[in-house]
Amino acid sequence: MEHKHIISVLVLHKPGVLQRISGLFTRRWFNISSMTVGSTENPDVARMTIVVQGDDTVLEQVVKQLNKLVEVIKVTDLNSKKSVQRELCLVKVYAPTEDSKSQVIQYANIFRGKIIDLSTETLTVEITGDEQKVNAFLDLVRPMGIKEIARTGLTALMRGSKILKSNKA
Amino acid sequence: MKGAEAMMKALEAENVKVLFGYPGGQLLPFYDALYHSDLVHILTRHEQAAAHAADGYARASGNVGVCVATSGPGATNLVTGVATAHADSSPVVALTGQVPTKLIGNDAFQEIDALGIFMQITKHNFQIQKTSEIPKIFRKAFEIAKTGRPGAVHVDLPKDVQDNELDLEKYPIPAEINLQGYKPTKFGHPLQIKKAVELMKIAQRPVIIAGGGVQIANATPELIKLSEYAQIPACTTLMGKGVFPEEHSLALGLVGMHGTQASNYSVYESDVLIAIGCRFSDRITGDISTFAPNAKIIHIDIDPAEIGKNVRVDIPIVGDAKAILKDILIYLMKKEIANKTEWMENVKKLQKKSLPIMEFDNTPIKPQKVIKEMMNAIREVDPSLTNTVLTTDVGQNQMWMAHYFQTSAPKSFISSGGQGTMGFGFPAAIGAKFARPDANVIAVTGDGGFLMNSQELATIAEYEIPVIVVIFDNRTLGMVYQWQNLYYGKRQCAVHLGETPDFIKLAESYGIDASRVEKPEDINEAFKTALNSGKPYLIDIIIDPAEALHMVPPGGNMTNILFPERQEPTPKAQCFSEMKKILNPKV
Repeated sequence: MEHKHIISVLVLHKPGVLQRISGLFTRRWFNISSMTVGSTENPDVARMTIVVQGDDTVLEQVVKQLNKLVEVIKVTDLNSKKSVQRELCLVKVYAPTEDSKSQVIQYANIFRGKIIDLSTETLTVEITGDEQKVNAFLDLVRPMGIKEIARTGLTALMRGSKILKSNKA
Repeated sequence: MKGAEAMMKALEAENVKVLFGYPGGQLLPFYDALYHSDLVHILTRHEQAAAHAADGYARASGNVGVCVATSGPGATNLVTGVATAHADSSPVVALTGQVPTKLIGNDAFQEIDALGIFMQITKHNFQIQKTSEIPKIFRKAFEIAKTGRPGAVHVDLPKDVQDNELDLEKYPIPAEINLQGYKPTKFGHPLQIKKAVELMKIAQRPVIIAGGGVQIANATPELIKLSEYAQIPACTTLMGKGVFPEEHSLALGLVGMHGTQASNYSVYESDVLIAIGCRFSDRITGDISTFAPNAKIIHIDIDPAEIGKNVRVDIPIVGDAKAILKDILIYLMKKEIANKTEWMENVKKLQKKSLPIMEFDNTPIKPQKVIKEMMNAIREVDPSLTNTVLTTDVGQNQMWMAHYFQTSAPKSFISSGGQGTMGFGFPAAIGAKFARPDANVIAVTGDGGFLMNSQELATIAEYEIPVIVVIFDNRTLGMVYQWQNLYYGKRQCAVHLGETPDFIKLAESYGIDASRVEKPEDINEAFKTALNSGKPYLIDIIIDPAEALHMVPPGGNMTNILFPERQEPTPKAQCFSEMKKILNPKV
């Protein structure tokens, strides 16, 4: 059964780590949908959120192969836990008239988005949510004409008070 | 002191005695520090050979082997050797020169992204950016290379990092190193061990597959004890050859594509399969669906990522093979073992069927006969064959040796398994000789593989390294030729080496004694001369080019063993005439 898995990875915040991980995915033909990286509360540690598509055998290998890397501190599959997931999307919509502009503004409000830029011909909307919500908004404005999209890919955390800690202690 | 001097201190602290390398512009400070140190440096004639020699040293000794090459082409020439070592979990530290830090990224002379290149073929790699990092990074590199599942580690050394001053008092070489993301497991989980013991106790048709992990963990005594106490026959992978004495009544021999009938059939019929330090490579399993179809599989491995990667596993045990086998024995020795009379009889029958036929008096000589005579000659100076280290190249020579040469001691059969690197055998023997100076070290190679690193004759001549080179000379790239015959309608393409060089003259040009053997009755004499010479020696044995090796087709059922018919090499004349037209258009 193929499905999407969200994998949260704590890594040492060092140059080359991203290359090591992306190289691993390329080499082993893991099917990666998105990858986000950012710093954490600990300046020496970064968190990567990787969305991978595959069956359970593939996922087991993804987790194990990631764990093998010396600079990887902790790997967890968030699908097996409750988690909150968000993605940020900036979308530039074609809106040359007052009517179309107000329509986009209305849609953005319903989706709790923000208008962050405006020109005579376009509006740029910032929208945050899980993948489905972002996709729903894009489907809504697509008929009006989407000029450009920039998406961050998914980032996620476990729900509740639990936190990721190194399992290699 | 300079960074480069600190590097020497760091190497000495790791008990390194010998480096294999090739200097260059970006390593000048390193080599200047080497000049002032007590470390022995062996100048190979190609960087690839330096990596293979370090690898051979590591495999024969169990300690870390070290190779050095300069930046750019020096580093890329190490790649094959480092990948070869890593594929077979051999602890090798590869050091490469690099352009000064302020030039990195400028496409400077002899600059290459060594960090990026080595990243995918090593266990881990480093680029030292500050001189103060030297002591820590060297310590980490060696620690990572030799612990857990050993592997290759690469360290990139920019020239200014070697040149800059460092206060070792302020930045000492750490004794203990704590790597947050690296904590290998040593001891197996007690619950899994108990489960495995229960299974071994009731097994009717158990088989052990022993791999390279047993070699690395020095777990031979425990393996023999387990096999004897629980009456479990054992086969080995190519990497595991030698961990279970092949003259033992429970030995089945090599398993897999070129394995024995005894091994392949026993694995197929087993009800419990105990794999120790083996990664179930495609060369072992063939078609997964027909591999040990009725067996419950116990998989002991130090690398959790290997468990469940290629085959389904019923009882995984992560940890060091020796530690786990010791624990298993503690529980098992308290138990009654199921009666296995029927299985033992079956195994004996299979063993009889697999007995190698080696007595041929044909000319050209059969490789089996070469190996038989070689063993006879070695036994005269080393009756138990335990003071002899063999390295092989890759191809038919390797499989003949794996199949016919009886190995009884661990770490004495050294061969490139995972990568199957031609050109490995001869330089690996150079490294092995430094690990085992008292042993007879023999490199068995084909003529094709030998030509890939034959320049190392200069190295053994210059340093008087008494390695014996044995060429199975059939003027053919035998393994590919065999496959073309079997699977490509006998269309032999690009597998004929022609009649050059004259290996005897080649050896003599380097000042190395050599003899050519064309008749079976002369084999023994040549080996005796070589073994007693105490000098580098080359034996060129003209073997039957039509001799092929039994095999299982890739991805096939391991019980469908093919015995290819004789097929004389027939070079395609047309290719040759076409080529001549290109070179001499006027003719």
